[in-house]
Amino acid sequence: MKDDVTREERVDALGGMGCKRKRVEDARFTQGKGNYVDDIKLDGMMFADFVRSPYAHARIKSINIDAAMALDGVAAVLTAEDLKPLNLTWMPTLAGDKQMVLADGKVLFQGQEVAFVVAKDRYIAADAVELVEVEYEELPVITDPFEALKSDVVLREDTVDENGTAVDGAHGPRGHHNHIFKWEMGDEPATNEVMDDAEVVAEETMYYHRTHPCPLETCGSVASMDKVNGKLTLWGTFQAPHVVRTVASLLSGIEEHNIRVVSPDIGGGFGNKVGVYPGYVCSIVASIVTGKPVKWVEDRMENLMSTAFARDYWMKGKISATKDGKITGLHCHVTADHGAFDACADPSKFPAGFMNICTGSYDIPVAYLGVDGVYTNKAPGGVSYRCSFRVTEAVYFIERMIEVLAIELNMDPAELRMKNFIKKEQFPYQAALGWEYDSGDYHTAWEKALKAVDYEGLRAEQAQRVEDFKAGKTRKLMGVGLTFFTEIVGAGPVKNCDILGMGMFDSCEIRIHPTGSAIARLGTISQGQGHATTFAQILATEIGLPADSITIEEGDTDTAPYGLGTYGSRSTPVAGAATALAGRKIRAKAQMIAAYLLEVHDDDVEFDVDRFVVKGAPEKFKTMKEIAYAAYNQAIPGVEPGLEAVSYYDPPNMTYPFGAYVCVMDIDVDTGVTDIRRFYALDDCGTRINPMIIDGQIHGGLTEALAVALGQEIAYDSLGNVKTGTLMDFFLPTAWEVPNYETDFTVTPSPHHPIGAKGVGESPHVGGVPCFSNAVNDAFKAFGLRHTHMPHDHWRIWKTANDLGLHG
Amino acid sequence: MADKMHIKMTVNGEEQEFLAEPRELLIHTLRERLDITGPHIGCETTHCGACTVTIDGKSVKSCTMFVAQANGADVTTIEGIGDPDNLHVLQNAFKEHHGLQCGFCTPGMITRATKLLEENPNPTEEEVRFGMAGNICRCTGYQNIVKSILAAASEMNAAKEAAE
Repeated sequence: MKDDVTREERVDALGGMGCKRKRVEDARFTQGKGNYVDDIKLDGMMFADFVRSPYAHARIKSINIDAAMALDGVAAVLTAEDLKPLNLTWMPTLAGDKQMVLADGKVLFQGQEVAFVVAKDRYIAADAVELVEVEYEELPVITDPFEALKSDVVLREDTVDENGTAVDGAHGPRGHHNHIFKWEMGDEPATNEVMDDAEVVAEETMYYHRTHPCPLETCGSVASMDKVNGKLTLWGTFQAPHVVRTVASLLSGIEEHNIRVVSPDIGGGFGNKVGVYPGYVCSIVASIVTGKPVKWVEDRMENLMSTAFARDYWMKGKISATKDGKITGLHCHVTADHGAFDACADPSKFPAGFMNICTGSYDIPVAYLGVDGVYTNKAPGGVSYRCSFRVTEAVYFIERMIEVLAIELNMDPAELRMKNFIKKEQFPYQAALGWEYDSGDYHTAWEKALKAVDYEGLRAEQAQRVEDFKAGKTRKLMGVGLTFFTEIVGAGPVKNCDILGMGMFDSCEIRIHPTGSAIARLGTISQGQGHATTFAQILATEIGLPADSITIEEGDTDTAPYGLGTYGSRSTPVAGAATALAGRKIRAKAQMIAAYLLEVHDDDVEFDVDRFVVKGAPEKFKTMKEIAYAAYNQAIPGVEPGLEAVSYYDPPNMTYPFGAYVCVMDIDVDTGVTDIRRFYALDDCGTRINPMIIDGQIHGGLTEALAVALGQEIAYDSLGNVKTGTLMDFFLPTAWEVPNYETDFTVTPSPHHPIGAKGVGESPHVGGVPCFSNAVNDAFKAFGLRHTHMPHDHWRIWKTANDLGLHG
Repeated sequence: MADKMHIKMTVNGEEQEFLAEPRELLIHTLRERLDITGPHIGCETTHCGACTVTIDGKSVKSCTMFVAQANGADVTTIEGIGDPDNLHVLQNAFKEHHGLQCGFCTPGMITRATKLLEENPNPTEEEVRFGMAGNICRCTGYQNIVKSILAAASEMNAAKEAAE
């Protein structure tokens, strides 16, 4: 290397951590050369389509497939009867429950899978779906979880014994046949005692409505059973391909080494693609039955009706404080509507996910959380929509409770937060509901945020606006939405986090090629997060080879090391750590090689950006590129040839990203139309790997938060009909409805993560939803509003204004 | 099943001729018959714009157009907008300004943006947001998409001025 290259230039040349590296993924996507599951085309491939239930609750009296089978081009029509000999009529869910693959005698939600039609093209398959005759006998429909817990109607016959008594579920005794589980954390008697003696208590019940992740690409799979070699290949929209392989093996009886699962490019996941769906299972069975590759891709209506809803939590809260605003206790009870099957995508031991992060960013000495899961005639799911398990619900809950308490105390909500934050010196902080927060500096972040938006100025402007409104000078109110959130991500320690028994570690395997470039494979899978860009940056810094010389591969179970996948912001905290540690193994071996080449002792060389130098003699060095070559072309005593490493990382704890958000909103009282004037987002995700990608994640997460808070919902009528089954009714914001966001940051590294990174993809959604909602509630605070439920669409806001008597 | 129709169309400058059921949707013709998989299917109800192509000079959502309606048409997809050695300014701008994440909306988004900038070579931010409102993105929050399009507009205008 030339002497005139400075150290800074060598750092820059790597494109390592901290730089705004442009994405390597973009070339193919901008040219239409992505490879998504529906782009896969195999010789002789068949298309499949579902017959779905029009009813939310009905007994199936008969299914007649004769007319469908008679249609030219139809290869098979599968029903539950065909799955019985394979023991596949039901499949296990991630939550310890089971779910019908194809309707077994009855249907439990509208859109449920009844029969699977396989034909030579998608048009014939659709025609054949119309020809399958299903005779139903309607049963009473329950769409309300509170009603479900009182009803004599048994939704799931497997929940009762022959005497009609409720039997135990996966998480203990059921209180009622439609009750799935009761999950409790914290100390209820102690919490009640504090509440009884408290100077001030605020109570509120809030409904966090049902919604859906709705990635732009729906779910799908292509199964190809090669009967000659006994190998099954399954391509699909899988956020956890390795777990899918294990599940496919357990369900099908095909040995795991004979199954290859591939996640190709994925068109957004947001939690929708974590679970295993009937379509995946049926495509495998259909390929085995027909001997041909079978493709199944759901359409948008099927996606919204059947795969993976999110939220649907009724949350009842009580928060106590001293008169001067020191919080003394928190009580939370959740009635959780899980739909027809408990198919929540949570670690096995956490039936309500990490809802027990609901004490938020505050030093609350005593707390209690109880969650009751309930069956209804709605679609199964309960996935983590752009958040770690149920963290969005938890953060919404505490950030609304803080606002309600501020009203009760007649105190500014920013000041109330400041007064109760966990202090910097209290970390690692043991929270009342069990978690140990790794690091944080909340006061600094909050002060920075309030200063950036001129918080006092905003409140003065708002007060003036209220005066003007009362004086008839304006019809627009102004809301200032505040949120300070703490997330819990990066599941997780294997000792308490698993999915179907698989510990939630992750992995990275690196091979350095002789000429100094490399390939690294991970157990995760990108769905837009830019892993191929950012993981190469981590490695570039760790091993001193340019990011542009490092290929990142994920998603093929035949080549990638086993990992638990990408969701819950776990890729950077877990696989990112594995990547750094695998890189350090490479470096350790490189150090021995460098020492040999430089003819000094191992301890006499040290790593410097892209090389090992002799300590005290920087002119004597070997670059990583030279070392890589030597690993393959020299016989080095005591050192194996080659330069490879693998690391499986079991994190000691989760990471706790946090942030401070402020939303300024104008609301037209007469139309209910909202105008987001300003949105400031300060995020602290620990060490920042690529600021460009972080900002992109924040813009996107905030927009999904805007959607959920301001209009997006999966709604049912009393007969269990889905009222929001297309994008006409299901709100996805366009460029026209979305503001520009201001992003900011502080950096508080995670002390237990090898590079200090915490994860960022989900923070903006988690923090954004309560921030938008708080802005709406805040706008009407001066007129006596305490709380109004989301989603705050124009009609509901108009209704709120009307109920408050603001329409004169 | 209706009788098959004799269809002729030009796709990305190439003549195509085939027999198809008239009910076949143009997006399936492109993706499954002609193996042009850049345009994607996101909703099948004309809302999301992932399937956007240019037909006879207009932006069209190909998921709700029958192939019979496209008989004789001149169709351009993302594959016809640039090639690896000669990328369109917009294709570079989307990379430069991080205007995409999962990439699923991107072909439709860029295809639409090429028409938007033809219709209005010097748009304001508001005009870009309005003109792109038929294309949904679930990842980016649009901020960087808008930035990419405005940057491409400036670059294209500068190039035009330099040429004049």
